Amino acid sequence: MQDKLKLYGKEFSSRLLVGTALYPSPAIMRESVAASGSEIITLSLRRQSPEQQQGKMLWDYIRESGCQLLPNTAGCKTTKEVIALAEMSREIFGTDLLKLEVIGDDYNLQPDPFGLVDAARELIKRGFKVLPYCTDDLVVCRKLLDVGCEVLMPWGSPIGTGRGLMNKYNLQTLRERLPDTPLIIDAGIGAPSQAAEAMELGFDAVLLNTAIAKAQNPVLMAEAFRLAVASGRAARNAGLMLKRQTASPSTPTLDMPFWQQTVSSGEKV
Amino acid sequence: MNLMVNGESLTVQQSEQTIAGVLQQLGYSGEIFAVALNGNFVARATYGETSLHDGDCLDIVAPVVGG
Repeated sequence: MQDKLKLYGKEFSSRLLVGTALYPSPAIMRESVAASGSEIITLSLRRQSPEQQQGKMLWDYIRESGCQLLPNTAGCKTTKEVIALAEMSREIFGTDLLKLEVIGDDYNLQPDPFGLVDAARELIKRGFKVLPYCTDDLVVCRKLLDVGCEVLMPWGSPIGTGRGLMNKYNLQTLRERLPDTPLIIDAGIGAPSQAAEAMELGFDAVLLNTAIAKAQNPVLMAEAFRLAVASGRAARNAGLMLKRQTASPSTPTLDMPFWQQTVSSGEKV
Repeated sequence: MNLMVNGESLTVQQSEQTIAGVLQQLGYSGEIFAVALNGNFVARATYGETSLHDGDCLDIVAPVVGG
């Protein structure tokens, strides 16, 4: 069955996007990304002196992986910072895709909704394909769509907390009210079960980093998340049963052997 | 001429200098880096024609891991 993730006209088979940070080593990062089955990886730009070779090492791996790159604007707080970092990213990585982060609070790394809309508007004018890391506020999400974002990435919970889907009501509301917008849960996912839950709720994909990178065995955890995301997606497509208040036997009751009529007290008559 | 490069002060002897000249002087080569001047992106094609002035701030960035 064709069940591709479509982002700005590009199609992907995997619905798991992964970060490249916080791994115990570059080798484990490479192996984990491969085990995750992800086709999209996030990365960033930072100051670097000519002697430092991290940039080149990462670049060599990126080219080998064949993954779509999704540069982020992590750490930016103003539209000016975002625009400069975005333009530098586009020049180096050769992609218009951009994970837009505008941080409004240092304590919980909560996105600044006003800064996001402002930066997204300017970036889209400059030809970027913006994937904003946003809160789960429906009105903010609509404003981001109004300025031209085609994909939204609401948080599950704050970055690196592993608390899963903090506000399911808001997330379900987003899914119901924006049925045609690709929605990716970005940040806060700590366990494969939480990723599966996001997919069961109807989200189109999940983006995470810490839960894999900080696992005791990142490669095995990457595999676990690959399975969970695929499982949650299949469940969503299959259609979950409705919850019921009362029990209902799954085994037929008709023609039950040894049957004798009972009264409500349970006493046989 | 005094510059700030990646947050550190740098004194350049020449009174006239371009971004291309400073990059060469500092040892940057290849294409796996990008530049901002005073917080504004500078396209690679214009390094040779972008003059620097006393007090200018250069940021030179390269890929790093990210989430």
